[in-house]
Amino acid sequence: MKLNRRRFLTLSAASVGALAFTGEARAFRAPWAAPQKWYEGEVKTVFSYCENCFWKCGIAVKVAGGRVRKIDGQPANPKSRGRLCPRGQAGVAQLYDPDRLKRPLIRIDGSSRGDGKYREASWEEALDYIAERMLGIKEKYGPEAIAWFGHGSGDKWFVEYLPAAWGSPNAAKPAVSICTAPRETASQWTFGRPIGGHEPVDWTETRYIVLIGHHIGEDTHNTQLQDFSEALRLGAKLVVVDPRFSTAASKANRWLPIKPGTDLALLLSWIHVLIKENLFDREYIKKYTVGFEELAVHSNKHTPEWAEKITEIPAETIRAVAREMAAARPRAVIPPGRHTVWYGDDTQRMRAVYILNTLLGNYGVPGGFYLAKPPYLEKYPHPPFPLEPAAGGCSGSSGGEEELPEGFKPRADKDKFFAKTTAIQELIEPMLTGEPYPIRGLVAYGVNLFHSIPNVPRTKKALKGLDLYVAIDVLPQEHVMWADVVLPECTYLERYDDLVGIAHKTPFIELRQPAVEPLWDSKPGWWIARELGLRLGLEEFFQWKDIEEYLNTRLELIGSSLAEMKEKGTLIQRGRPYLKDWERRRRNPFRTPSRKIELYSKTFADHGLDPLPEFTPPMPVPAGFYRLLYGRSPVHSFAKTQNNWILMELNPENEVWINRHEGEAIGVQHGEYVWIENDTGVREGPVRVRLTERIRNDCVYLVHGFGHKSRGERLASGRGASDNALQTRYVLDPISGGAALRNNFVKIIKGAPRPKHKHIGQLARERRL
Amino acid sequence: MARYAMLIDLAACVGCAACAAACVLENEAPPGHNRLWIRQRELGSFPNVIVEYRPEQCLHCENPPCVPVCPTGASHKTTDGLVMVEVERCIACAACIAACPYDARFMNPAGYVDKCTFCEHRVKEGQDPACVETCPTGCRVFGDLDDPNSSLHEWLAKAERVDVLRPEMGTGPKLMYLNTPSKLGLRNPGSEVES
Repeated sequence: MKLNRRRFLTLSAASVGALAFTGEARAFRAPWAAPQKWYEGEVKTVFSYCENCFWKCGIAVKVAGGRVRKIDGQPANPKSRGRLCPRGQAGVAQLYDPDRLKRPLIRIDGSSRGDGKYREASWEEALDYIAERMLGIKEKYGPEAIAWFGHGSGDKWFVEYLPAAWGSPNAAKPAVSICTAPRETASQWTFGRPIGGHEPVDWTETRYIVLIGHHIGEDTHNTQLQDFSEALRLGAKLVVVDPRFSTAASKANRWLPIKPGTDLALLLSWIHVLIKENLFDREYIKKYTVGFEELAVHSNKHTPEWAEKITEIPAETIRAVAREMAAARPRAVIPPGRHTVWYGDDTQRMRAVYILNTLLGNYGVPGGFYLAKPPYLEKYPHPPFPLEPAAGGCSGSSGGEEELPEGFKPRADKDKFFAKTTAIQELIEPMLTGEPYPIRGLVAYGVNLFHSIPNVPRTKKALKGLDLYVAIDVLPQEHVMWADVVLPECTYLERYDDLVGIAHKTPFIELRQPAVEPLWDSKPGWWIARELGLRLGLEEFFQWKDIEEYLNTRLELIGSSLAEMKEKGTLIQRGRPYLKDWERRRRNPFRTPSRKIELYSKTFADHGLDPLPEFTPPMPVPAGFYRLLYGRSPVHSFAKTQNNWILMELNPENEVWINRHEGEAIGVQHGEYVWIENDTGVREGPVRVRLTERIRNDCVYLVHGFGHKSRGERLASGRGASDNALQTRYVLDPISGGAALRNNFVKIIKGAPRPKHKHIGQLARERRL
Repeated sequence: MARYAMLIDLAACVGCAACAAACVLENEAPPGHNRLWIRQRELGSFPNVIVEYRPEQCLHCENPPCVPVCPTGASHKTTDGLVMVEVERCIACAACIAACPYDARFMNPAGYVDKCTFCEHRVKEGQDPACVETCPTGCRVFGDLDDPNSSLHEWLAKAERVDVLRPEMGTGPKLMYLNTPSKLGLRNPGSEVES
């Protein structure tokens, strides 16, 4: 449907006139009073880093008249380089969101979780309430009976510092098993290193890029988008493999609309062609790898003709792309992407991605992957925690294999899968079954329990049965308003957090510092953690009296200071990006058992896992259903920005993408509202139909993060459909513990009412702070 | 004296709307109004599809139709070629809104006509407009057409094609689009979605 701007303007002009006659005289300015612009007065710049996605771009916050007015990129920061995506800039609207949590809340006695009945409380009362119940649970069941879930850079306090000091191994982030676990596990067992949170692809040096289900341009990861654009400007060729014609596909030289779930077959056939046609980098393979002979034998059967039958991509196209990438090697790269929990064989698919890259001789070589090195940074010298922090993160596995001190139990998801990473979805189960031991309490920081973890009905059931559920958040999201105690955190623009060290071509450290004072009675995460820690008897770990002392101590240990960091914002160190840099220092970067790149994994074989990737067909789509695919909007992050008026004006709802001919065949029209129902009967919507030529006819697509049900989020509430609600099924990747989400099937149900919503602009005006 | 212009390379633009967000904050466009917006166009049929993202804003025309219709002279063209609204003289009659063939203007609820200024206040300080400065893809460039050293000329020389919106109007837009993916110009059949 076409939204006619002229008509829109006519309407808005008319409404201005109407306002003038209904007594809103202030709508007409006095003729001599030109509006004062924020940049005309004194503007203070505060350096910090962004929290509107996980990318952590350095930002320069512009403050005028005591109010944050604008957020720019920090020019000297290696991530933002003076530029920012829409979400980073719109952080201002989150800060001044009148729907924010303002004071601590305690659920009213006698009400149930989910009723949303609360009374306001003082911080003193709320923290005492939590501490008393936590200590009770510890006494009855042990410290491991409290689980800690977190997301965002402030989660340092709530999934690492506090749980380790308290003694619970059950701390987890969705960033692992709902996102990057397969690619990190595969990297660990192929290269002996994490691939790293920010995909160390040497974009600007490469000449040939193959993206597989990797939505650059829709997931607006600032640095990556900058580099990707630059690579194309410099003439790199682009191939996009995706059942949907993504934004990246619109820039591609070739689009391969692959049958969903068959990517591994395509990768194996590319490996086949590179080996059979002798196109791979023989010298690199000889010098840096083990297991080539086994791989060569294994790949015999993976002919392009075999792959064509599975993937629906012509064998000739498969051959042509393999030859093109070989011609460009080592300046040809198949980036790993981020969200890799797709079908359940994901670690094997990611192994195939890395093997293919290795055959092109590009790992640690310009135009392929650089080796990201974390910066030098010291921990705060507190006494040793009883447990090591083990939540891990998007940059790789956590410890977990170390010996446990006496009196502590291993994480409850151990033994469910091969890798030692955490699987947040597997920690829900012990809340319901008490197996292998009971989890009776949950502290949730910044994580959206109903928009990230699959099988929401199970999560709700688990929450209902807990003895204690605490939520620390900025907005009254649906899962937050289920908690026994709700603690309002201030936004990232109003607080310090711990330092972050970013592994990069040039490693660096970033500081988060407040640009303005916290609004209402909200408090920073570090303060909440410290106050809670003191009440839990963990004084020895909180000997620092405030965060400034804590940060300054850490910075002085590396020869800097808080004062210097506040001035600079970012501290850049030297990297060691290429293999030749390692060899010059006689170092070996590959921390695998063989100290080489393992094409064949003996460790996998020893554990009964396929030592070389083998294609397994995905769960078939039942008749009458479509496979549910999902992705991102460039203006939204996860499910956390749908109450931001600036971003919601740019994209107020998601649409269900249906192939145009398929849509016509089932009788739905472009722009009409429908329900989506999955094969277990869960219904979502109403959601608008987008009939498009940009998708195959065996799948439908939703942008993630919409379909909020919380009444307290007045912009987000009731707009669009939640993909997560429809993901009631997941397949556990037996190697990485990832929850593979593309195994959900939906049908389209006609006749949904068109939702009656006010325009975002009108709501934003009414709610303005 | 300058002749300011902006180029947007549509081969690079991904429609992420970073420019639109920067504009809202820099220029405080009120909720419900935009000085800058993105259009999305889909052409062709599966699997031969072309998708084009196109940011739009005031084009700062050489022959701006919005200027002669203004009864007070508030709508004017500066000596640097920028089309501006002098807020103090604007009587909010909306004649310029009707005259603009690109729908680039809107009535600010504060009682005057508002639109893109190419961030004149930043340009005066030697900075790029906010939309240019922030664009993650670097698809925008701003400069002075009369300055032979401006990178505008390099971009224009390298471009496979240069298009303007509604060339038949003879407005002489100084916002130009490079490398339209359709290679067919900017207004041809196909669905358009505004985002």
